[in-house]
Amino acid sequence: MRNSVHLAKRFSVCWLCLTLVLMLSSARVQGQTAQTEPAGNSIPEPAPPVAGAVTASDTKSDEGGSITVKWTEPAGSKEMGLEYEVLRSDKQDGAYVPVGELSAGDSEYADTGLTDGQAYYYKVRSILGAVSADSEPSQAAFSKGNFFRFYRLNALVLLAVFSSAVLYYITRARKAKPIYIRKIAGLDAVDEAVGRATEMGKKMLYIPGIMSVDEIQTIASLAILGHIAKLSATYNADLEVPNKDPLTFAAARETVKEAYLEAGRPDLFREEMVNYVTYDQFAYTASVTGKMVRERPATNFLIGSFYAESLLLAETGQAIGAIQISGTAEVAQLPFFVVACDYTLIGEELYAASAYLSREPVLLGSIKGQDITKFLLIVALGLGVVLESIGIKFMATAFKMQ
Amino acid sequence: MKRQIPLLLTFFAGAIPIFAFFVPEKHVGLVSTTLDSWLIIVAGFALLLGVVNVVQMNANKIKRQAQGWPYAIILLAGLAIMGFFGFAGSFNVFGGIATRPDGSSTPFDWLYKYGFLPLQGTMFALLAFFMASASYRAFRARNTEATILLFAALIVMFGRIPFGEMVSKWFPLATEWIMGKPSMAAQRGIMIGAALGAASMALRVILGIERSYLGLGKGE
Repeated sequence: MRNSVHLAKRFSVCWLCLTLVLMLSSARVQGQTAQTEPAGNSIPEPAPPVAGAVTASDTKSDEGGSITVKWTEPAGSKEMGLEYEVLRSDKQDGAYVPVGELSAGDSEYADTGLTDGQAYYYKVRSILGAVSADSEPSQAAFSKGNFFRFYRLNALVLLAVFSSAVLYYITRARKAKPIYIRKIAGLDAVDEAVGRATEMGKKMLYIPGIMSVDEIQTIASLAILGHIAKLSATYNADLEVPNKDPLTFAAARETVKEAYLEAGRPDLFREEMVNYVTYDQFAYTASVTGKMVRERPATNFLIGSFYAESLLLAETGQAIGAIQISGTAEVAQLPFFVVACDYTLIGEELYAASAYLSREPVLLGSIKGQDITKFLLIVALGLGVVLESIGIKFMATAFKMQ
Repeated sequence: MKRQIPLLLTFFAGAIPIFAFFVPEKHVGLVSTTLDSWLIIVAGFALLLGVVNVVQMNANKIKRQAQGWPYAIILLAGLAIMGFFGFAGSFNVFGGIATRPDGSSTPFDWLYKYGFLPLQGTMFALLAFFMASASYRAFRARNTEATILLFAALIVMFGRIPFGEMVSKWFPLATEWIMGKPSMAAQRGIMIGAALGAASMALRVILGIERSYLGLGKGE
């Protein structure tokens, strides 16, 4: 038994030694081959073509600390598979360090993180395989901060036209000139919905969407909540506002409290009318749908920014037979609301709701201004279609937003 | 003064990001990003306010034995258990809040994976059934418009499943046309209107014309 163990050990040691010897000899042979290969291909690779006309200048319309380097690509650079390296130095004849890598087809590079007012020089290195060639250095370039983003001039013009139209009609409304606004069925039904809940002695649920107050739809929803809370205070209806976002919760509570105060019924306001549920979308949905099924509110308002929970909430409300008024500017959720609710405020109607409900001439004036801008945009769209069709690209460029 | 200060704050908070959109000056950008950071800080405090509200509301419900009060016990227990393991985990007790290096779950991670996620998935899955009931109501051919909607929906449904393509190669093409042309045109119309509405609303809020979100009515 002991002999067989000895034999096995000896055999293993011999096997290991043999393997080691074979590996070492194989490595030596490979090394000799690798060294000899260049000797076999001794023809030097041709130097790549050099990038021409390297210029460097301050990057336009930025906050500073950036220089844009431009160059002319050599002919056939794409076919050759040329690559570029942008090199920077603070002295024209100093040491250049690589700052960016680009491939054929690129002829511009924005170098960032620079000190404003300091001189910088650039070279562009063309790389083809293992060989490279540097261009002549550029002239000195200095970065500086700019005071206007000129590429957004079109947005500023549009904003100016829009603001002027809105402010003009607000001023006109202040002079008591009557402004016509078309009927919005969903908003006309608000009084009926509040009245129904009061008569039935049941709750009204106001769901202000699931987004925070940095979302304009939530602001619009809070404005509508103010009107509904005032009506609720006047009729002594039971209003409840469950919230998903903590900031919306804080804002909604203040809105409702102030509305009750303004309606002259601060005594009817209770803290639990506006409550916080959870920050999770589906846990919130579960809580609100559960409340709908258990407490069977007479009226549901689903107004604000909604996502996947829109149909879950609206269908549950539909199933319990509540009168439902919804409103959102989320295009993907609109079909769900249209199907499951009695009235739906579509897109811009949500933003017009506050003006419509208050009937304040100043607010109605802003809606008129908005409509005028919309008309101008429709004209621009029509003109754009015609001009593009006949090959004039002006409109597409003018309206391009960056 | 109580009413002027919020309006003044709204004006600055609304005007600065618009200014920063057009002016690339460093300090303007810094003010704008600082305002964004402030929003996160304020939201943190508001969340604390929300948690206090949840505890108060549900504790009162249990005390009064109001309708559905046993659910309030489950809710508070869930809040306490998840809160405890999350808070302790943030101080690296029980191995933190994520998975341990050996791949095993920390208590918080276990509760999240095997308690919270399945519940969340269940709620999301309900959407399929609600969608079926909503579609059934929407696609009833009650009038001309509803009949057009029904036909368009049938074509789109057939165009989106392999069976439709098997029946006729025109289904996917017709679906593409419906979604890309009339549907897209309508969606863009809504989007342009909504964008202008949002801009108008923002302008009214910034200029202090729209005050109802603050509970301030006319003549304030």
